[in-house]
Amino acid sequence: MTEQEPVLQMQHIYKTFPGVKALNNVDFELKKGEIHSLMGENGAGKSTLIKVLTGVYEIDEGTFLLNGKEIKISSTSDAQKNGISTVYQEINLCANLSVAENIYIGREPKKGGSIDWKKINHDAKELLDKLEIHIDVEKKLSDYSLAIQQMVAISRAVDTSRGILILDEPTSSLDTNEVNQLFSVMRKLKDSGMSIIFVSHFLEQIYEICDRVTILRNGDLVGTYDIDKLSRIDLVSKMIGKDLDELEKLNDIKQNSSKQVSGENLLETHGYGKRGTIEPFDLNIRKGEVLGLAGLLGSGRTEVASMLFGINKADHGTIKIGGKTYSYIYPKKAIAESFGFCPEDRKAEGVAGALTIRENIILALQSSKGLLRYIPMKKQQEIAKKYIDLLSIKTPSMEQQIDNLSGGNQQKVILARWLATDPQLLILDEPTRGIDVGAKSELQKLIIELSNSGMTILFISSELKELVNCCDRIIVLRDQKMIGELSKEEIREETIMKTIAEGGLRVG
Amino acid sequence: MGENKTKTLFSDFTHSKMFWPIVALMALLLFNLFMTPGFFTIQMKDGHLYGSLFDILNHATPLILISLGMTVVIATQGIDISVGAIIAISAVVSATVIVDGGSVLSAVLAGIGSGIVCGIWNGLLVSYIGIQPMVGTLILYIVGRGIAQLITAGQILTFTSPAFVAIGTGYWLVPVACYVAIAIIIIMHLLTRKTSFGLFVESIGVNSTASRYSGINAKRIIFCTYVISGILASIAGILICSNIKSADANNAGLWLELDAILATVIGGTSMNGGRFYLSGTIVGALFIQTLTTTIYSLGVPTEVTLVVKAVIVIAVCLIQTPVFIKMFAKKKPVVQMKPVTESK
Repeated sequence: MTEQEPVLQMQHIYKTFPGVKALNNVDFELKKGEIHSLMGENGAGKSTLIKVLTGVYEIDEGTFLLNGKEIKISSTSDAQKNGISTVYQEINLCANLSVAENIYIGREPKKGGSIDWKKINHDAKELLDKLEIHIDVEKKLSDYSLAIQQMVAISRAVDTSRGILILDEPTSSLDTNEVNQLFSVMRKLKDSGMSIIFVSHFLEQIYEICDRVTILRNGDLVGTYDIDKLSRIDLVSKMIGKDLDELEKLNDIKQNSSKQVSGENLLETHGYGKRGTIEPFDLNIRKGEVLGLAGLLGSGRTEVASMLFGINKADHGTIKIGGKTYSYIYPKKAIAESFGFCPEDRKAEGVAGALTIRENIILALQSSKGLLRYIPMKKQQEIAKKYIDLLSIKTPSMEQQIDNLSGGNQQKVILARWLATDPQLLILDEPTRGIDVGAKSELQKLIIELSNSGMTILFISSELKELVNCCDRIIVLRDQKMIGELSKEEIREETIMKTIAEGGLRVG
Repeated sequence: MGENKTKTLFSDFTHSKMFWPIVALMALLLFNLFMTPGFFTIQMKDGHLYGSLFDILNHATPLILISLGMTVVIATQGIDISVGAIIAISAVVSATVIVDGGSVLSAVLAGIGSGIVCGIWNGLLVSYIGIQPMVGTLILYIVGRGIAQLITAGQILTFTSPAFVAIGTGYWLVPVACYVAIAIIIIMHLLTRKTSFGLFVESIGVNSTASRYSGINAKRIIFCTYVISGILASIAGILICSNIKSADANNAGLWLELDAILATVIGGTSMNGGRFYLSGTIVGALFIQTLTTTIYSLGVPTEVTLVVKAVIVIAVCLIQTPVFIKMFAKKKPVVQMKPVTESK
């Protein structure tokens, strides 16, 4: 299979945005029946490369060859006409329509002027059966899990595609079982001759499913490699562009053991909860600690965080902050108590897209100061500059729209927004989600540094390694309930997994 | 916007949101220079300046005021289609006070007071109760003129109070209305750019969830925008009724809300909310008023007036669409791009 003809070649691709060379003479080649991964740090040009291929952006220079013939792609319909289908990270389907409707929407088979429902349902079933997804196609899409919805999106893409399928981070919201399910579908497609471009941040997944990998860095092509001839450490160092020693230093994140967590509680809750969202919980957060929340997707981690920040209003129990007891709080109150909150869904809940980096950074500080005490422009620029330097946010200017930054850099801006308010409690809900290895290590290092400087941090992550690296104490959740607590000595990946799997060691 | 722009380069200006509105206004003025005799003539009479230009400024003031309010509302992803009705209400309220023998000050305060009440009503419906802006303000749009007619018992109120009439027709070198416009423009500028109000409005318009999570009281800010819009509409109502020495519940400010939306859009503020441009809106409002005056002074038959207006407005709006900008800018990037690739 490896000596196949290339189906798609992209040659000497250039794409420039104002102030940024997003793609600089990049070549890319996709063979028939291979799964080819695209890797790189944030801002390396992965998304841009995908977007020029799918016609979202137009290239400045370069050629596309499809089966050896030159093609032009200047709009999304051009890409579709050439049989290139894409499934994006966020599912772009209609949750209130049936599975079959979702697969055929916009190209419904007709019979005598009206939609041929029989054929739609029959064909949809056949299509899904081929991929061994056995579900009722007449049921609403929202009746199924995210993973199934993702598969439906993929089968729709497969049906409209003629040989090339792009999967842009399809696994980022799936759990391990669901990922396996997705992979078996991908293998089936591959065996049937489909060429797949697979974008993911998870190294393990790349090694499990891919044949080849193309690495980009800062808009330049680093190279294309057979995955079984490239060691993990080589892959990572090629992505980051740092040598191995430096990389090991980055990965070797250890807590400063001399740090003392005081016994004093910053926050206490008693039977605090909300019906249907999270079971009542008793939680205390000690001053200066990094408290981790571990659990599977949907276990209630995010809900705990949003209750503590007051986004979800509690309907029973109490919360005690700084000696005062409340029956519920709201974001404004939480900010008045100098809490900061980096939400899980960065795009929908964190980033104010069309505003500049400077404005995004000062937003929370300004809102805590109120309407009349407007921060003078000069001071705003100082603050923005300080955090752009401190967090090494990659941008040509602080007046750049935050939309133009890569995911990791956007995350840093949101973090800067809260650091600028000098919070006593910083709540980080999956801060490293969807960002690359290098930026992940940087963020973890930052969490530890902040904690060493006395900040209290509530840290939520799906990646156990991060929790192990950073946390002083971990609360484990399952099924919207706190089921266990691990002290510093007990924190290891195995113990966390065991607690999640078996339930409470010590019901806290 | 406007404040720092003066020192930037011409190329920055051509890319700014202000560029096309200003070009459109200039083109219209240029057209008048050749086609309308005496358009730019300014006469000095009794120490006052008279001429078509001052007439335009005088008549544009109500539109400028409500367009400024509309811009801030639209920036929050809202819309206020009731401003025309608010104009009618404030016009009859202040006229009633004058007719009943009240002082000018009390008439003005009563007019503005009615605007505040209307603004609070809209703000409550849209922001705190959560009705969609179009629907929420539609209520007052429909009922407003009815309320105004109830106040006047269906009559057109006329008055002669010289002091009150002076607001809309008076001169002090230039029309008094111009001073009102300038004062309001300064206040709006200070409010939106020297307090954090402007930032909060833009941030809510771009992403209201993120704004709320950053601690911004989005409901209160949105509420305030409707109150501001109500106040500005009521001042416009006072100017209009003072100018024609009567308050007509049926016709005062009729269709003006549509011109205000247009002025906002021409000025570069997107209907999707977010960034707003007060200076662009002012140019947009001046453009619309100049256009109206031009059409009248050319003696275009009334039945085609609206068509002419529509065609020109469509052209101005099209020029600003991304598709058109792309078409227009197509040749340039290729030339600019070369050095980038060769430099390596």
